[in-house]
Amino acid sequence: MTVIDHPLRARPKRRPLRDPFLLLPLLVLLAVAVMAISAPWLFPGDPLDMVAMPYLWPLDDPAFPLGTDSLGRDLTAGLFHGARATLLVGISSAALCLGFGTLIGAAAGYLGGRTDLILMRVTEIFQTMPTMLLVIVLLAISDPSLTLIVVAIGLASWPMVARLARAEFITLRHRDFVLAARALGYGPFRIVFIEILPNALPTLIVATSVLIANGILIESAVSFLNLGDANTVTWGSLIGAGRTQIRTEWYLSAIPGIAIILTVLAVNFLGDRLTRILNPRLRA
Amino acid sequence: MIRRAALHAIPTMVGVVIVSFLMLHLMPGDAVDALAGISGGASAETVAAMRSAYGLDDPLGVQLARYAAGVFTLDFGHSISYGAPVFDVIVDRLPATLLLAATAFTIALVIGVAAGWAMAVFADRWQDRTLSAGVLFLYSAPSFWVGLMAIVVFSAKLNLFPLGGAETIGADLTGWALVADRLHHLILPASALAAFFVAIYARLTRAAMLEVLHQDFIRTARAKGLHPLRLQFRHGLRNALIPVVTMAGLHFGNLVGGAVVVETVFNWPGLGRLTMGALASRDISVLLGILLMTSVVVIAANILIDWLVARLDPRVSA
Repeated sequence: MTVIDHPLRARPKRRPLRDPFLLLPLLVLLAVAVMAISAPWLFPGDPLDMVAMPYLWPLDDPAFPLGTDSLGRDLTAGLFHGARATLLVGISSAALCLGFGTLIGAAAGYLGGRTDLILMRVTEIFQTMPTMLLVIVLLAISDPSLTLIVVAIGLASWPMVARLARAEFITLRHRDFVLAARALGYGPFRIVFIEILPNALPTLIVATSVLIANGILIESAVSFLNLGDANTVTWGSLIGAGRTQIRTEWYLSAIPGIAIILTVLAVNFLGDRLTRILNPRLRA
Repeated sequence: MIRRAALHAIPTMVGVVIVSFLMLHLMPGDAVDALAGISGGASAETVAAMRSAYGLDDPLGVQLARYAAGVFTLDFGHSISYGAPVFDVIVDRLPATLLLAATAFTIALVIGVAAGWAMAVFADRWQDRTLSAGVLFLYSAPSFWVGLMAIVVFSAKLNLFPLGGAETIGADLTGWALVADRLHHLILPASALAAFFVAIYARLTRAAMLEVLHQDFIRTARAKGLHPLRLQFRHGLRNALIPVVTMAGLHFGNLVGGAVVVETVFNWPGLGRLTMGALASRDISVLLGILLMTSVVVIAANILIDWLVARLDPRVSA
């Protein structure tokens, strides 16, 4: 038997790493990851401790390149330690959304009928409640911790994934390969997770970037409002702490905000690029 | 059309009520614990007596039915920290938030659609790339940070706008002077809230415009010699607006949620500050009331937008 290898169309050679819009976001995210990992070694001790004169402006003292706040806390140390919470909450809330949303969407799309109707009704309920308010109420229920913030963000933002996964499963479930799998006698679990899910992945991977970006933004808002764990430094809590001196020492709020924007921008750029790479239909 | 949308909204509203009831029950402690805490402790017998008086020892289903009946007759319970019915406390502050959200929504829609239209017309040229970069920046910036930086630049440095609040305190203005003063206070918070949604609507409009401009009827219109501007607006934008407006409705809830955060930055006297106050005093009935009321607002906004889409697109009402 001969293996016929015929490319449908000669593809131009792609060098993804030469693409600045792919490389730069990757470098930014790598830098944030390095900050998060190196924080305990580069800045041992609590970033909430007083270490220098208060209100040192950035570049005033080479030992504290980003300056200090009203209590003499090192902004650089805060930024490095804050990267941990940002990445942790962004990634784990996205993972939670993705898992839960895919499960609901897959069940609704694959089973259809009454299951679909009921699950979509539930999705709509969670889509109606404003995300930020739902997160706030959930945080009011128990003592704030990073885990609770992750769960609250996950619980408030899974409907988007569920809708996407449902749409994918509805179009995929009547394809020939699914019929073939059914004819072979595969059970529903094998068909859903091993046959259909890999084909729905490109859409879900792109959705992940939106989820991570949203997770980071919601987390920053929550800790800005001082609803997070008071003993954990996050970029949002740094902005919130600098807010009282916003008229004079505005750098205290500006710098962590720039860190948030750069990170979220990198995630969004990466998502945009991944859409083009994974979705050939958009490639003109 | 509207009646169908309204009927569709009822089960959603029931669902929202059930979810908030369940969250109320997840709270450690109940209203009696809170009351006992305020009055400085009570004996176990008194607490038990109060529980049965308030019906808190009834089966869960009975309590849910009572709670739902209350919500649908606009009785959201009594706020312990404000000493007034929750409904009154919220209705007092709702107009300020609605004004902020509606202004931001209008700004976002107008600027977003204009930017998205320009991006589609200049697709893949430098104009599109520049605008896209700007839009992606707005898409990545937290609204509260945009607000803070707007305060630094426009209030603290340039002295163009007030630092916060909804009106000049003690100015005692009337008539047009009052309207102008209110507007002056509204511009910065509304713009800060709009920034993120400008980005969303611009991206949506760009994609929708590009899709519409590739369709056959556009080619026909161009072939019969229609003026390019008439083609862009009457044929292109009008059709592109349909998915944009539909999505705008879905985002309205997030706009209201975002208003809560922006309000605290600008000391805007709306639901946001009420939320923070209720959180500080752990007044869960006020928090749930806010969640319920904003859900009603979101549902109402969506019905309105469905109606608008039906007006824009004759195919929908068929």
